[in-house]
Amino acid sequence: MIGHADASFPPGNDVPPQHPGPEGRPEVGQHAGPRDRRSLTDGEWHRLHAATPLLRGGIAFLAITGFVIANLRERLVDLFLPRPSDYDPDDYDPLTYVWEHGYIGLALLAVFVILVVVMAAFYLSWRMHTFRVTDEAVEVRSGILFRTHRNAKLDRIQGVGITRPFLPRLFGAAKMEVSVAGADASVKLEYLYSRDADDLRRDVLTLASGVRLASEGLAPAPTVGPDGIENEAALSHLVNERVNEFLAPELDPGTAPPESVVRIPLGRLIGSTLLSLGTVFVVILVAAMIVSLVNGQIWALFWFVPSVIGIASYFWSTITKSLRYSIAGTPSGVRIGFGLFSTSNDTLPPGRVHAIEVSQSILWRPFGWWQVKINKAGLSAEAAAGGKGNTTVLPVGTLVDVSRVVELMLGLAPSAALHDELDLAIREPSRSGFVLAPRRARWLDPFAWRRTGYTLHDGLLFFRKGVVWRKLDLLPLARMVSFAVSQGPIERMLRVASARAHTVIGPITATLPVIGTTEAAALFEQVSAGIVTASRTDHSHRWAETQAGISAPILGDQQ
Amino acid sequence: MTHQVPPAIPELPGSGSDSGVEQGDSLEIPRRIEVPGQWRGVSPKYILVDLIGAAIFALVVVAVAILWAVLFEQAWQWWVMGALLVAIALGAVFTPRRIRSIGYQLRQDDLLFRRGIMWTRMVAVPYGRMQLIDINRGPVARAFGLAELKFVTASAASAIVLPGLPEQEAEQLRDHLVAVAESRRTGL
Repeated sequence: MIGHADASFPPGNDVPPQHPGPEGRPEVGQHAGPRDRRSLTDGEWHRLHAATPLLRGGIAFLAITGFVIANLRERLVDLFLPRPSDYDPDDYDPLTYVWEHGYIGLALLAVFVILVVVMAAFYLSWRMHTFRVTDEAVEVRSGILFRTHRNAKLDRIQGVGITRPFLPRLFGAAKMEVSVAGADASVKLEYLYSRDADDLRRDVLTLASGVRLASEGLAPAPTVGPDGIENEAALSHLVNERVNEFLAPELDPGTAPPESVVRIPLGRLIGSTLLSLGTVFVVILVAAMIVSLVNGQIWALFWFVPSVIGIASYFWSTITKSLRYSIAGTPSGVRIGFGLFSTSNDTLPPGRVHAIEVSQSILWRPFGWWQVKINKAGLSAEAAAGGKGNTTVLPVGTLVDVSRVVELMLGLAPSAALHDELDLAIREPSRSGFVLAPRRARWLDPFAWRRTGYTLHDGLLFFRKGVVWRKLDLLPLARMVSFAVSQGPIERMLRVASARAHTVIGPITATLPVIGTTEAAALFEQVSAGIVTASRTDHSHRWAETQAGISAPILGDQQ
Repeated sequence: MTHQVPPAIPELPGSGSDSGVEQGDSLEIPRRIEVPGQWRGVSPKYILVDLIGAAIFALVVVAVAILWAVLFEQAWQWWVMGALLVAIALGAVFTPRRIRSIGYQLRQDDLLFRRGIMWTRMVAVPYGRMQLIDINRGPVARAFGLAELKFVTASAASAIVLPGLPEQEAEQLRDHLVAVAESRRTGL
């Protein structure tokens, strides 16, 4: 099915670019225009990938058709291998009616008309679905009867993600999502030509940074125009191109400084996935299984086998998702790539990280493995709860990897100091300037109280907590929304309180479970003053404007 | 709890206003977290509004219980009703203190909000973090000329709601907050 689609659809999809003439309207169809190498960010309206309607809605249509055909199979068998008909009235369906009354011609005509209408609707929706990138915003128009127009202001962009799900990848299509703050407020460009996606993202982010795309060399031309009209764009050429794209590394090595990339060895990835809660479930399941079988309850297989399959598929998806992980700093932000079959890579512009959590479960401690998660704006509540939205920026890594990732996230210069600081903060917080919970807190937090505390420096609030799950939260004050301290009756008796930093919704809930009241009051004062000071001096919404001297040479390197 | 010789809490140089002096004697350590400044409370009329709300809820509970008895001829619902009424009465006893504990401070650059007597909570939010302000008026509160002001930020956890403000004060406060938020506008 998939192979068939791959072989037959792409030539059809490239028909519009091959025939720009018949349209006859110069104001539309820019990306089909062979006249000049115009950029996708020239402020004009552009169309999406020609297979877009098929990929967005057509898959469902194909699936329904397949379902109907599968159900008709018996009927077709009857058609070609006639049997003595013994229909009982219960089996009487419209098809039988058509068959018995000789309306086959009419029925075929109806099917044909429906097909034509569907094709026309697909074509129209593709024609009407356009986007443009101006100096101010990214805009998308779509819809035939109900027109929608979405607009994302460039200086509000929280990140740009490119996803290549498996099926669209076969078509050479990619989905770009420009997320702005607000639940489910992103502007989606489904689907772009895979070749254009990375360049378009770079340009969008460069525009957003406050630097104009001054030189023509920086603004890439869409590859569709010139390539599309080449006569040798035959089937073999297309297949080759698709295969090359499919096998290409997720992060173009030419655009990323290779030394900053953290690598996850396959063994560590598999080991870390096996040493997770899922494994605990498996052990419990196997134990329950053995007990059941020993007691002669064979029916236990009925629930055992499905649950093992479920857990195995969970492991498989976790591992394949994190395969080919890559992270690198680019001039327009940190780029993180994931995935084996369905790939995705997100670029986070500087200053869009609202919270960072470095954590380690007790099972990972012997190996020194850590995980890094972030909170970023633009996630819906469900996505945040379901762990979606690529908030895990380092699935597993050593503390050295963690310090590199944290450096990139905070936009710090690479140095060994951060590693030592993180190491000390996690192992011996008392020696690295942390204000810790008092001894009386042991009644509330008997295991972790020695390791629970905060420190505040360089515009960052650190929360250290946890023993079984060791955690270190790093919270940039310039991004923090508000700060709260709270106290229940038992806490008041013990003269302790708890604190919580509010950020945009995400996987991290930045709480400090217990701290002495005097310390809590000091923390409250310092943080509330710190947020104000940090926000006043923060200009990361147009991050390149404030450091034009730094950004210019970097951008120059790209040409 | 009485022996407070903490080896795990060393004196921390340079960690801000630390309370190392008071570690030795637990009586010196405050039970509550206090912040200097004058707290502004909500209107005392709101106590009455809250009590009327509780009374209406109690009446609904009684009505449902009676309806249940008439329709299904059962008796267990009286126990449920009794428990609910006791809970409502207990809540009503604490209502005046609970409402007096709600307060806010308009500082130079941020808004402070506190509430609660048993479970206290204090929030600081810079004006620039304001996304929008809602003013709601319930039917009972409107009869008393009161309104509720909600300060919405990018984080749902901030949860800053000032009930029982006189309508004029609520509107003035809204205009003031919008004005200062505009002058201190920051990104997210």
